[in-house]
Amino acid sequence: MTIRLGGIILGLGLTAVLLLWSLAPGLFTLTSEGFPEKPDYYAFQEENIAPEGGFAFDGPLGTWDYAQLQRGYQVYKEVCSACHSLKYVAFRNLEQIGYTEDEVRAEAATWMVPGIDEKDGSVIERPGLPTDQFPSPYANDIEARAFNNNAIPPDLSLITKARKDGVHYVYSLMQGYNEPDPEDVAKSPNFETPPGLYFNEYFYNINIAMPPQLLDGIVSYSDGTEATTEQMSADVTAFLTWAGEPSLIKRKQTGWFVIGFLLFATILGFLSYKTVWATKKKKI
Amino acid sequence: MASTAEGTEEGVRRRDWIHIAAVSTAGVGGASVLFPLISQMAPTADVLAASTTDVDVSSLEPGQSIKAVFREQPLFVKRLTPEEIEEVNAIDAGGLRDPQTLEDRLGVGNEDILINLGVCTHLGCVPLGAAEGENKGEFDGYFCPCHGSHYDALGRIRKGPAPTNLEVPEFSFTTETTIRVG
Amino acid sequence: MSFAWANQYEPKNDFTKWLDEKLPVPRLVYNAVGAGYPVPRNLNYMWNFGVLAGFFLVFQIITGVVLAMHYAANTEVAFGQIEHIMRNVNYGWLLKYAHANGASFFFVVIYMHIFRGLYYSSYKAPREMIWLLGVVIFLLMMATAFMGYVLPWGQMSFWGAKVITGLFGAIPFIGEPLQIWLVGGYAPNDSTLNRFFSLHFLMPFIIAGTVILHIWALHIPGSSNPTGVEVKQESDTVPFHPYYTAKDGWFLGLILIFFSAIVFFAPNALGHAENWIEANPLSTPALIVPEWYFYPFYAILRAFTGDLTIPFTGIVLIEAKLLGVIAMFGSILVWFFLPWLDKSPVRSGSYRPLFKKFFWFGLVPCMAGLFYLGGAKAEEPYIVLSQIFTAYYFLHFLVILPIISQIEVPKPLPFSITQAVLGSDDTPGGKSGGGDNPGEVVKPLPGGDTDGSLQPAE
Repeated sequence: MTIRLGGIILGLGLTAVLLLWSLAPGLFTLTSEGFPEKPDYYAFQEENIAPEGGFAFDGPLGTWDYAQLQRGYQVYKEVCSACHSLKYVAFRNLEQIGYTEDEVRAEAATWMVPGIDEKDGSVIERPGLPTDQFPSPYANDIEARAFNNNAIPPDLSLITKARKDGVHYVYSLMQGYNEPDPEDVAKSPNFETPPGLYFNEYFYNINIAMPPQLLDGIVSYSDGTEATTEQMSADVTAFLTWAGEPSLIKRKQTGWFVIGFLLFATILGFLSYKTVWATKKKKI
Repeated sequence: MASTAEGTEEGVRRRDWIHIAAVSTAGVGGASVLFPLISQMAPTADVLAASTTDVDVSSLEPGQSIKAVFREQPLFVKRLTPEEIEEVNAIDAGGLRDPQTLEDRLGVGNEDILINLGVCTHLGCVPLGAAEGENKGEFDGYFCPCHGSHYDALGRIRKGPAPTNLEVPEFSFTTETTIRVG
Repeated sequence: MSFAWANQYEPKNDFTKWLDEKLPVPRLVYNAVGAGYPVPRNLNYMWNFGVLAGFFLVFQIITGVVLAMHYAANTEVAFGQIEHIMRNVNYGWLLKYAHANGASFFFVVIYMHIFRGLYYSSYKAPREMIWLLGVVIFLLMMATAFMGYVLPWGQMSFWGAKVITGLFGAIPFIGEPLQIWLVGGYAPNDSTLNRFFSLHFLMPFIIAGTVILHIWALHIPGSSNPTGVEVKQESDTVPFHPYYTAKDGWFLGLILIFFSAIVFFAPNALGHAENWIEANPLSTPALIVPEWYFYPFYAILRAFTGDLTIPFTGIVLIEAKLLGVIAMFGSILVWFFLPWLDKSPVRSGSYRPLFKKFFWFGLVPCMAGLFYLGGAKAEEPYIVLSQIFTAYYFLHFLVILPIISQIEVPKPLPFSITQAVLGSDDTPGGKSGGGDNPGEVVKPLPGGDTDGSLQPAE
């Protein structure tokens, strides 16, 4: 009895505190001033775009398109890698996108990675080995800032997982360079693009430090595919998706197998359960 | 199983079949879960990828040794001197504990480069003798200080508890002067 | 627990006879989850979640121990070690995703288990101890899950650790030194990560121990059931094995299908993208929210926006931050008093018309709302809504439940479980039916009557 009485008093007390000191002032402000005005906010694109027909790895039945991954690697190597590291990926991983062991060894050797001179111990650059990780273009964050207008180019190994709807975000961002709507700019000076930044309507605060990169024809694909901005965006997105999660396709394939087995086992289990309970009427 | 009291004979058999099927399927499922749990302890992909080692022997003079690392273990690479070759050829390999000739140790087409794992075949210590000034043992090769195994210049066990010669890993010449071990 | 009709364990061969004398583990299992445990025959699927919770506890311990073989609790390398697990370890990606989503499913299952306890009043005498231990397990789980989320050392890990340890800073006088002591520094650092890893490894075993007590306590009165009428006779029960092992077995398969669908096809759906960015103590993510299973409590924490002051004097009695912390912990602590707050002699919500209305139209939408609001941005109208739902939450448990348990007129209860299932009592000489005997109306017991007799009057 005392517990219940105490409970009622405590409950009413707590509710009173909440309603009178927190809710009431809030409601008062709301009713007198209405909803607080949202700060000037450029209507940036919340919905990312996807390439026509989607990616090969999309959906539960997706697979890697190795030709695309290799083109994407070429884009990363020739364009992105100037500023962005890919530090969780090793050259040996390239075997997973269709290169042979010897091709990987040769490819790794085209990259210079930090090393130690075996004779005098000085810090040198040496050709990469398959076991090396992709090198970072900058020695440290401070250098990265100094070279890039105070913005650190993010590592790309996980970029498609580290952003909301990351795969489509990367694809959209590559093609999102544009001019701001003059009407919006007229409304608020906040929407003017500051010097050194670039307007990109898919970037969360619309002005991005990275200049437009994938201009038509900036790479020439060895398989003869035309290097349009769209094509390169799709290719590099596919490559970065693979880089972010090399086990993606294996995961989905394993999933079908596991779910199939579970389905079979569950049906057997259900029949067994029905048999066990057959003599016990359960409901009225 | 108080429940199986009633029911015809056929009913009993049908029941048993479905239970056995269900329980064994669950058993198969449980057992397959063990597969990832066990295989996660096997060497990881980065360890497997580092399972070959390239050694540059261009500047290796006769009598000199290089210590390299192969599969997380020491690797001794030595260019034999003509005297050493002469000396080991003079011994009848058949009388040794682990009979191997010079050619067995060096491989075909390799004149003087001896590649040994620097791991004593007794209990895995690193033998001395690869570096200048180290104790080379009674047979002028390698000496394991842990339990006193003596190896000759070819890394063959001559005295002490070790059962076999120092292991010669698989290797090949990728160029005239580069050896890929593993 | 012993019902007179419970099956007795009989060792079948010399070895089991010998074992039964020396260490009667088979007998223990037989009596705990085997044919020797009589269980009400009318349990519905809501009663499956207890066994499932046990399954996920074991699942988390196994995958966790295996992941710990590859992890390193060091802020320099922790994030990279997760990538090492994802990329290099054999089936590491599977183990990592299974463990991360296993935590989510553990909470799904536990919430269903608590939901069943609340609706069918499983907390009532004689089962108070089971309920109390259950609340302890839930608190331990929350602590374990929170510390586990810090281990990958992503952005959400770091900022979650900072915000949650910051709660302790709200305690008057000792708050700040306490927070610094908990963290081992001024912000989450290497010491924090190491102690969280150590405790994250230890606590599941404490949970397992508490679970054993929970099950032990369960076996004293036996399981409750959807009618809330206690077991009276043998025909009210069936042996746990094979009846409920079969039912739990196939239901586990069903849940595992959903679990696999998430693990293999949408493993990041329940997480936050920001946690794939390595922790950066100098940059806060735009929206810091905990994992989804903490949302209701996070909403309660954020509901308190105003300091408690003496009006017109400006004297602050309790700061808003502390109020929020008190309310958040209070929202779970209140569960400890549930068995004594709700004194209705009828257990099952199905026979309590007034309780049922408040449950379905009050508590359930309130919890759904808090789940939604905990993950929403801290702006209007979400703040006002979370204040209203928070107020209802406390009113429901502290005010509404005590009052309705006093004034409610329950519906007639069946005479027995057997009668509820079969429509008539099949024991020789037994009664035939409450449905045919409208006279058998249960009256609320007089207040303060604690003799535990919750049977309908005859």
